[in-house]
Amino acid sequence: MLNFAQPMADSGWHLLNMTKGVTELSAQMYKLHMLILWVCVGIGVIVYGAMIIALFKFRRSKGAKPDTKMVHSTNAEILWTAAPTIILIAMAIPAARVLIATEDTRNTEMTIKVTGYQWKWQYDYLDDGFNFFSTLSATSNEARQLQSGVDPRSVKNYLLDVDNEVVVPVDTKVRILLTAQDVIHAWWVPAFGMKKDAIPGFVNEMWFKVDADKPGTYRGQCVELCGRDHGFMPIVVRAVSKDEYKVWAAERKAALNPPAAPAEAAPVADPAAPTTAANNNAAATRG
Amino acid sequence: MSDHDHSAAAAHGHSHDDHGDHKPYGWKRWVYATNHKDIGTMYLIFACVMFFIGGSMALVIRLELFQPGLQFVDPAIFNEMTTVHALLMIFGAVMPAWTGLANWLIPMQVGAPDMALPRLNNFSFWILPFAFTLLISSLFVPGGGPAGGWTLYPPLVLQGGDSLPMAIFAIHMMGASSILGAINVIVTIMNMRAPGVGLLNMPLFVWTWLITAYLLIAVMPVLAGAVTMLLTDHFFGTSFFSAAGGGDPVMFQHIFWFFGHPEVYILILPAFGIVSEIIPTFARKPLFGYESMVYASASIAFLSFIVWAHHMFTVGMPLAGQMFFMLSTMLIAIPTGVKVFNWCATLWRGSLTFETPMLFSLAFLFLFTCGGFSGLMLAIVPADYQYHDTYFVVAHFHYVLVPGSIFTIMAAVYYWLPKWTGRMYDETLGKWHFWLSTIGVNVLFFPQHFLGLAGMPRRIPDYATQFADWNMVSSIGAFIFGFSQLLFVYVVVKAVRSGAKAPQRPWEGAHGLEWELPTPAPYHSWSDPPPRELIGKGASH
Repeated sequence: MLNFAQPMADSGWHLLNMTKGVTELSAQMYKLHMLILWVCVGIGVIVYGAMIIALFKFRRSKGAKPDTKMVHSTNAEILWTAAPTIILIAMAIPAARVLIATEDTRNTEMTIKVTGYQWKWQYDYLDDGFNFFSTLSATSNEARQLQSGVDPRSVKNYLLDVDNEVVVPVDTKVRILLTAQDVIHAWWVPAFGMKKDAIPGFVNEMWFKVDADKPGTYRGQCVELCGRDHGFMPIVVRAVSKDEYKVWAAERKAALNPPAAPAEAAPVADPAAPTTAANNNAAATRG
Repeated sequence: MSDHDHSAAAAHGHSHDDHGDHKPYGWKRWVYATNHKDIGTMYLIFACVMFFIGGSMALVIRLELFQPGLQFVDPAIFNEMTTVHALLMIFGAVMPAWTGLANWLIPMQVGAPDMALPRLNNFSFWILPFAFTLLISSLFVPGGGPAGGWTLYPPLVLQGGDSLPMAIFAIHMMGASSILGAINVIVTIMNMRAPGVGLLNMPLFVWTWLITAYLLIAVMPVLAGAVTMLLTDHFFGTSFFSAAGGGDPVMFQHIFWFFGHPEVYILILPAFGIVSEIIPTFARKPLFGYESMVYASASIAFLSFIVWAHHMFTVGMPLAGQMFFMLSTMLIAIPTGVKVFNWCATLWRGSLTFETPMLFSLAFLFLFTCGGFSGLMLAIVPADYQYHDTYFVVAHFHYVLVPGSIFTIMAAVYYWLPKWTGRMYDETLGKWHFWLSTIGVNVLFFPQHFLGLAGMPRRIPDYATQFADWNMVSSIGAFIFGFSQLLFVYVVVKAVRSGAKAPQRPWEGAHGLEWELPTPAPYHSWSDPPPRELIGKGASH
C-alpha cells in the first residue's frame, strides 16, 4: 500500500489522498487510513458487485421471474453478522495500538504552549523562555479581503503563510500544550498527523516528532470554527536540525528579551538559562 | 384478490361520501386542519420550501468557494450561511418531510381512519412556520445572524448578538413541534392499528417511524436543555459552559451530541423504512429478513445513545473514553450492514423494473453505503485525528443525508403520489430528475473526500490555492444538483394538475393496506377497519 502511494506523490496524488506526513505518528495514521480504506474498498467490491450483478441479471425485461419464497435465511444472516464483526475486530486492534501511541506523552524533550486567539496563535517556548504571536502574512491578508482584486494564485502560499513561523528541531519529541484565550480553536499540521482542540480554561496536550531526515516547512490551519476569520489563522512550522534550532532559539531569545535592562529583566526572564534537559525535567514534573 | 379490492374500494367510496361533506373549505381547511392528509400535505410543502431556502444558502456557500479569494460574501455572512443552511435542512426540511410522510402513510398503512390526536397534529405543524420565520428573520437583526455553526458550540456562539435568543427560541419551538409529532405517531401506532395488524406485521416504514418517535422524545428535550443553558449563560450570569466561572465548554459538546447522534438516526431511520417498502415493490418479491430489519433498526437506535463522543475525538478525552467511543461506533456497522445485505438479498432473484421511485431507492442503496464506509473510517480514532473537521467529514455526512434522506423522501413522493392525488407523474421527467440529481450529487460531494484528505478544513470561506480545482468541480456539481430540484417541483405540480389518472394499484408489485384503498385515497382513510384478508396479504409479506 505504501509503495503504491509513494510513486504517485509527484503526480498530484497528495491532492486526492492523505499523505504519509513527516512524523512517526503521521506515518502510523496513514498506514491505518490506508488499511481501512482498502478494507472498505474490499467490502465495497463485494457489496456493490452483488448489487450490480442483481441489477443486470434479475431484470424483468430479461424475463426474470421473482422468487417470492426467498424471504429469509438464518445461515446467510448469521454469516453477514459474523463476518463484519470479525473484520471490525481486525481493524480495532491496530487502531487501538496507534491510539495508545498518540496518547503517550512521556519523555518529551521540549514543550511549546500554543494559545489560540481570534484570530492568531501565540507560541510560548516554555523551556527557552520566550514567546511570540503568529498571524496571517500581510500579502495573504491583503489578497484575501473581499473583492481585493488580487489573484490568490499570485500570492505565494496563499492563506498558509505567517509573519512568525514556529521553529522546532527534527528528531525531537515536542510536546504541544494547547489552550485558548477566547473561543475554541484547534491546532493541526496535517504532515504531523495530530490535531487537538485549544479550549479556553483548559490545557490539552499532544506531541509530534519530526523524522530526522525530514526538515522543512509544514503548513496547517485552525480547524475549529472560531468566528469571522476562522479561515485566516494559519500555522507554519519550520523543522530544522537540532543545531540550527539552538542558534534560532538563542537569536529569538536575544531579540525578544533585549539585554538593555538586564537588572530588571533578570528575575523574570531567568537568564540563568538552565540546560534544555534540566528544564525538560521540570516540564515533565509539571505535566 | 380483485373481489377484496373491489369490496374495500366500494366500502370506502361510501364512507368517503359520508364524511366528505364535513370537509372545511378555503383557508379554514388548512388553518383548522385536523385531517392527517391535509396536515401531511402542509408538512411536505413546508419541507419543500425550507429545502429551497436552505438549498439557496448552500449555493451561496458553493458560489463563494467556486474560486479561491473572496468574491461575493464577507466571511461573517459565509458563517451565517453554513449555520442556517444546516439548521434549515435538518429541522426545516428533512424532519418535517418525515413527519409529513408519517401523517400521510401511517394511518393508511395500519388501517386507521386518521392520526390518534388530530388537534395536537394541527398544533405541531403550525408551530413550525413561526419557528422558522423567527430563525430566518434572525439573519437580519443587529449583530448579524447565527454564525457559530449549527452545533452552537460555546463560547463562540455566545458572541452572537440579538440573533442568539431568537435562534434558541426557534429551536425550542422546533423541538416542541417534533415532540408533539412523535407523541402522535406513537399513540397512533400503539392504539389505532386495525384488528389483525400486529407489531411484527406492520410495514417497515411504520416500524422505523415508531423507533424514530421514541428517539425524538428521548433527545429533543436534551437539546432544549443545552440551548437553555446557553441562554442563561448569556443573559442570566450562569457559567455552565464558561471555565472562568467553574463551567466547562466541552460539557456543552457532550450534551449537544447526546442529542446530536440520535438526531442523525432520526434523519435516516424513516429512510430505511421507505426503501424497505419500495425495493420489494419493484423487485416483485417480499422484503428479505423482515424481522432482522426490525431488530437491526432497534439496535441502531440503541447504539445511537452510546456513541455521541465520536463527534468530538479531538477535545482531549481520556484514552479509555476514546477507546470506548471508537468501539461502540464501530459496532453500528454491524446492524447497518445487516440492513444493506437484506436489501441486496431482496433484489436477488427478483424481477426488477426501474421506475423513478426504484431508481432513487437504488441510488440510496449505493450512496448511503458509500457514506457508511466513510463513517466507519471516521470511527477509527487515530485516523479521525486526520479527518476531523475537514471536508472529509462534510463529504461523509452529505453522502448519508442527501442521497440518504433527501433521495428517499423524493422516492417516497414519486411512489405514493399516485395514491395521494389519483394522478401519475411523468415518468420521463422523473427519470431526468433522477439522473441529474444523482450525477449532480456525486460531482458535488465525491471530490470533497479528496479535499478533506488533502487537508482542507471545513467551514472556511476561502482556501489555499492547491484546493482550487476540486472546489470548482464540487461547486459545478452543486449547481447541477440545486437547479435540477426545480424539475422535481415541476414534475409534482404537473402530475397534480394534469397527470394521467392513476389506477388503484399503480405499481403491480405494491403490497400494503394503503394500496387497498381507492385512488385517490379517501379523505378519511379507513373509517371501517380493513377486512382481515387484506391484512394477511397486504401489510405482511
